[in-house]
Amino acid sequence: MQAISENIPLLLQGIGTTIALTFLGYLFALIVGTALAVGRVSPIPPLRWAATVYVEIFRNIPLLSLLILIAFGLPDVGLTLPYFWCGVLGLTLSSAAFVCENVRSGINTVPIGHAEAARSIGLGFFGTLRHVVLPQAFRTMIQPLVNVFIGTVIGSSLCSAIAVMEITGVTQRLNIQYAQAVAMFLVAGAVYLALSLGGAYVGGVLERFASPADTRRRSPDRELDVTAGAQA
Amino acid sequence: MSAKSNTATQVLFDAPGPKGRRRILILSILSVLVIAGLIALGLWQFAKNGQLDPGRWVVYLRADYLAFLGQGLMGTLKATGMAAVVAFPLGLVLALGRHAQIPGLSHLVAVWIEFFRGIPMLLVVYAFLLALPAYGVNVPRFWMLVIPMILVSSATTAEVFRAGIRAVDKGQREAAAAIGLSGFDTMFSVILPQAVRLVLPSLILALVSLLKDSTLGFVVSYNELQFQGKTMVSITRYLVQTYVVVSVIYIAINFLLTRVALMLDARMKARAASS
Repeated sequence: MQAISENIPLLLQGIGTTIALTFLGYLFALIVGTALAVGRVSPIPPLRWAATVYVEIFRNIPLLSLLILIAFGLPDVGLTLPYFWCGVLGLTLSSAAFVCENVRSGINTVPIGHAEAARSIGLGFFGTLRHVVLPQAFRTMIQPLVNVFIGTVIGSSLCSAIAVMEITGVTQRLNIQYAQAVAMFLVAGAVYLALSLGGAYVGGVLERFASPADTRRRSPDRELDVTAGAQA
Repeated sequence: MSAKSNTATQVLFDAPGPKGRRRILILSILSVLVIAGLIALGLWQFAKNGQLDPGRWVVYLRADYLAFLGQGLMGTLKATGMAAVVAFPLGLVLALGRHAQIPGLSHLVAVWIEFFRGIPMLLVVYAFLLALPAYGVNVPRFWMLVIPMILVSSATTAEVFRAGIRAVDKGQREAAAAIGLSGFDTMFSVILPQAVRLVLPSLILALVSLLKDSTLGFVVSYNELQFQGKTMVSITRYLVQTYVVVSVIYIAINFLLTRVALMLDARMKARAASS
């Protein structure tokens, strides 16, 4: 316990860095991923291909490999970023691929007939999007996007491998110093669990909020999402 | 994949008329130019810093370099295979434990699953690398990597199996009850055989996750691919090239696995729709 009480500022700093990595990475991933999804469903072939190639690369590269390549490889091609921003960049690039896939499959769950009906009553592109497609797609996207958030939380730990002093890095260093391993790892574990469970809770609230009353009790019993948990 | 993106396109866009087609063509040409420009910019940046020098790349065709990386690949496959062989059945057992009617057990299993799903694997690896040796528990490097992989993967695959069990049609359970099967028999002769087939694609994607997790061998100095890359960098000093080659190998394997999983899933969905 001494290792913890003596190093509260350092631990808090580590927790702050973890939170900053996660939130910045996730925020940018949402923006980039949505833009990619727009490209993937657009009628413009080169944009579709480019977004597809992006997704296949960044969903299949191990995050650690990506972070190492960014942190240690970019300086060799003349681009030097602070390690913290290397971490944010890596998390963004990787999570954006998963965000893109989730947004796209969310749009896919909307029956084509709904969009056709909307167009036939005279709604334009944005009207269809706003009143018919997005509200339905958004609801089905929440749970997968929560999974991406948890993936980002967990992925942020790998930034300690590129010398970002987030909570895993801090506890590892303190552990070498104090050899009070169990306490240290419990602290770090609690931080990650709090972030993950917090994200899941917010997602649950959002989902209830976004569902129309009559579908709230509809259980997704027969749905099986193969890609759930594919991010690591 | 292309069929899928087409349906999403159909939801959002009508079939274009002549004017729309012309606009799409113009935007296509513009986007090709922008994409090509970005790629050229990247290559130029590489070339400016001498990273495109062919001498730095062709070395990866040398037999001894390939053998060195191949050794790493073998290590990666060995760790991934071992972890999968233990973790997947364990995940099934955990899933059944969560469904069990024994009070306490299902809660205990739930806590176990949520814990290992919610914390990073790196933390578990550090526990094996740094914490346990302080208490006299020393495991070989291979197991320092593989045991955390098993712990984390069994928790995620438990959820996969649970989703699979829930996805089996309710009528199957009712029919089994109607012909007088016990709960045990229902689970093992009716539900599970169908559930395991349903989750096969998800398990292949779990394999992709495991393969990615195996890069943490880098941290415990187990010679899998990423760590072999690190060693190679310290010898050749070709950092960008080595890590690019290593990453491409990972991407290629995972791409193939993902493809197989999605194909399998599409085939199952088609079969379910036709029956």
